[in-house]
Amino acid sequence: MADDTILSTSGLTKDFGGFTAVNGVDLTVRRGSIHALIGPNGAGKTTCFNLLTKFLAPSKGAIVYNGRDITREKPAEIARLGLVRSFQISAVFPQLSVKTNVRIALQRKRGDSFDFWRSEAVLKPLDDEALRLVDAVGLSAFADLPAVELSYGRKRALEIATTLALDPEMMLLDEPMAGMGREDVERIEALIRKVAVNRTILMVEHNLSVVASLSDRITVLARGQVLAEGDYAQVSKDPRVIEAYIGSGVGHAH
Amino acid sequence: MANITLDDAPAGGIALAETSRGTERLHRAVFIGLGILLVIAPFVVYPVFVMKVLCFALFALAFNLLLGYGGLLSFGHAAYFGMAAYVSAYAAKVWGFPPEFAILSGMLVAGVLGLVFGALAIRRQGIYFAMITLALAQMVFFFSLQTPKFTGGEDGIQAVPRGYLFGLFNLGDDRTLYWLVAAIFMAGLLLIYRIIHSPFGQVCKAIRDNEPRAISLGYRANQYKLAVFVLSATLAGLAGATKAIVFQLASLTDVHWSMSGEVVLMTLVGGLGTVFGPIVGALVIVSMQNYLAGLGSWVLVIQGVIFVICVMLFREGIVGLIAKKIGKPL
Repeated sequence: MADDTILSTSGLTKDFGGFTAVNGVDLTVRRGSIHALIGPNGAGKTTCFNLLTKFLAPSKGAIVYNGRDITREKPAEIARLGLVRSFQISAVFPQLSVKTNVRIALQRKRGDSFDFWRSEAVLKPLDDEALRLVDAVGLSAFADLPAVELSYGRKRALEIATTLALDPEMMLLDEPMAGMGREDVERIEALIRKVAVNRTILMVEHNLSVVASLSDRITVLARGQVLAEGDYAQVSKDPRVIEAYIGSGVGHAH
Repeated sequence: MANITLDDAPAGGIALAETSRGTERLHRAVFIGLGILLVIAPFVVYPVFVMKVLCFALFALAFNLLLGYGGLLSFGHAAYFGMAAYVSAYAAKVWGFPPEFAILSGMLVAGVLGLVFGALAIRRQGIYFAMITLALAQMVFFFSLQTPKFTGGEDGIQAVPRGYLFGLFNLGDDRTLYWLVAAIFMAGLLLIYRIIHSPFGQVCKAIRDNEPRAISLGYRANQYKLAVFVLSATLAGLAGATKAIVFQLASLTDVHWSMSGEVVLMTLVGGLGTVFGPIVGALVIVSMQNYLAGLGSWVLVIQGVIFVICVMLFREGIVGLIAKKIGKPL
């Protein structure tokens, strides 16, 4: 059973000086699944996400990844263990070209890059794979453009290509569809489905139609606690979930 | 900026921070041009003036490595420049070190100082980082003021012997010394160019652009920031140590906060984050100080006006502006 679980939390809690944003969350993510974390505004999704990616330190509770306690690890270390996150605001390296953005991630395969005396020509062998990944997300026409000049949707696509370059065992996606037009949503949705093969994905997402069509399992958070868990059919019929969404004044998004 | 298609991309865009083949060729041409200028300069201009420009240009290049490519604004770079000047002057005068070892020891001390100060400062970001570097540099200034046995206090260390390079070449001759300084400058510039274009430089630029993202890719950002800080401090030390030998003087001016400000000014005027900008910036500022020296304190007022104009009208700096015009990074 333990082998089936890639990531689990027990009693995960985060206090912000009296305000408990996340309160005793027990979460279990099955290996190879697409797991969505949803909930009305202020439910603690983003805090929970930041705890899992170590950008915040939990007040209480434990996080176990692949049988290893990562509660006290630093963010760069969990990335090295194969647990890689994306960001809500598109996270690219704006002044670097699209190709170099991806290559920075591929460069991790060399280990640390403290060799300041070497020419960047030693990175040439990575170019082919970088271009392959850039192509996979439909950006090959923009490979030499600085990332800052890409449209919003394309920046998100570039970010996914960069994350994929690390070949992570598990990807944590923070609202991958936030602020996207419908065409972009469809493209990124297809992309996520494609990259989810042989990988585990945990995502926070507002767009419920995306959640419905992508995820195998859904955890609903409200007021920092787990309200319900199950597949979309189960969760969407749960009266407590309906109550939480309507009660908070937020209808079904999009 | 929203939906840029391929057709309108290359013309209007910001300068690429990368090296394409055309850019490489352009940079090689600039390096050759610089080399020729360095050879001609001492026959046309007073060599000591050129040496002054070269020392400050190297200092600004080192500063630009940290700010332009590491994204770290240090307001205390005078500490490394000035401390290296003191150590190099002291080693040459009191211990009788030959000039090459005097300069090396100054550089080494600046590097160690950079390691200690950098390790403290990188724990904070942005303006707090800048304030810590400033505070630490002020400590170095007051240390220099309070230890006249080492620094000569208000007098500084004067009449530093230039000595014989490798025991062979008499550096008392301005022309001979000039070739040494030109070689040091060129070596420093080439090293910085290599650092910027190394695998290490790529990661530094990524951290400069977006630190949380670089961390989430598994890079231990603080180690890279410390490494680039130490490299910058060491090179600033090389500039300061060389300056002490050239002017046979190390004084409180070298560790004063206004020296830290001057190097920021040179870098901004020339072009922050451009390879060659700091050289142009140093040339402009040092020339101004030299040729307008008759105006006394008015030089500072003029400097201030130039700084304001620069920030308001062309933030890219002189070289940054040229790079934008020709559509290639310089």
